[in-house]
Amino acid sequence: MSAETTGGAAGGEGVPVGVVLVSHSGPVAESVAAMAAGLAGGGNTAPVAAAGGTPDGGLGTSAELIIKAARTVDRGAGVAILVDLGSAVLTVKSLVAEGDELPAGARLVDAPFVEGAVAAVVTASSGADLDAVAAAAGEAYGYRKE
Amino acid sequence: MSETVLDAAFFVRWMTAAAAVIDREADRLTELDSPIGDADHGRNMQRGFAAVVKMLETEPPATPGAVLTAAGRQLISSVGGASGPLYGTLLRRAGKVLGEAPQVSVEELRSGLAAGVDAVGQLGGSAPGDKTMLDALVPGVTALSTSFAAAAEAAEQGALATVPLQARKGRASYLGERSIGHQDPGAASSALLFATLAEVAR
Repeated sequence: MSAETTGGAAGGEGVPVGVVLVSHSGPVAESVAAMAAGLAGGGNTAPVAAAGGTPDGGLGTSAELIIKAARTVDRGAGVAILVDLGSAVLTVKSLVAEGDELPAGARLVDAPFVEGAVAAVVTASSGADLDAVAAAAGEAYGYRKE
Repeated sequence: MSETVLDAAFFVRWMTAAAAVIDREADRLTELDSPIGDADHGRNMQRGFAAVVKMLETEPPATPGAVLTAAGRQLISSVGGASGPLYGTLLRRAGKVLGEAPQVSVEELRSGLAAGVDAVGQLGGSAPGDKTMLDALVPGVTALSTSFAAAAEAAEQGALATVPLQARKGRASYLGERSIGHQDPGAASSALLFATLAEVAR
């Protein structure tokens, strides 16, 4: 997860969509990020960053950590942000509405957190664009387990 | 009342007084948040408004709109719970409506807050009667067309009226009928904002 970014949201060939995972819990976000990257096949996967809990390690949501994570994974092809619940949803929604702190092309993706994260990272790693990544993550809602 | 003009200093006083009241009432807010929430509302609001006061002291914005917009942004960044983006959206949207005018009328403030309240409802997907902060904000903003005191009273009554309601939004909604009988913490803190507004306008 290198820190260099291309800035802007011009998109472009060969540049992967970034994925940010926002949970109330730091360990949950970190673990889901590791799991999604692992299931995406290791190797050359799309950039993934976790933004879990508060900066002091507590449970909650931190706008600061979310913005930092989004900037870290931004390669210019957009950033898919997946969230767990409550304040994570509302914080990302309000940051997107604010429009000047997240990288251009950052989007809240409506998807189940764990399954959506795996789908998003796998799809982003294949070189798909942000629409395709968001669609794949959202489709995870449709998979019935019973 | 209609000739009253409110400048940036008034809004700074409002936010500063709100921070002090929230500080004083933090334990009560957290107590309200214990049976039906995760017992962090008082602490979260304290942290958020402390950040607002710090920002106002170090770089006080020059217009009423800028004060509210900057305060809203601080709340989104520093609260850590759902009340951050909700209150942040309320103040930021109101601030944007007030624009760059150096002074605003009470009616302009009312219409700014009304837009903010609409944005809160949209963000949370909630409506009055869901046992949320809207149950205090909506009557408070409406009564602002009468007076600051009437707005404070209406918001307080709205907050108290959440006691018999069943929560339909947020963590409290998981409790279903067991959420009945408790005052909504967000409505309680919303009432405090109107109480301090009336206090600084006096």
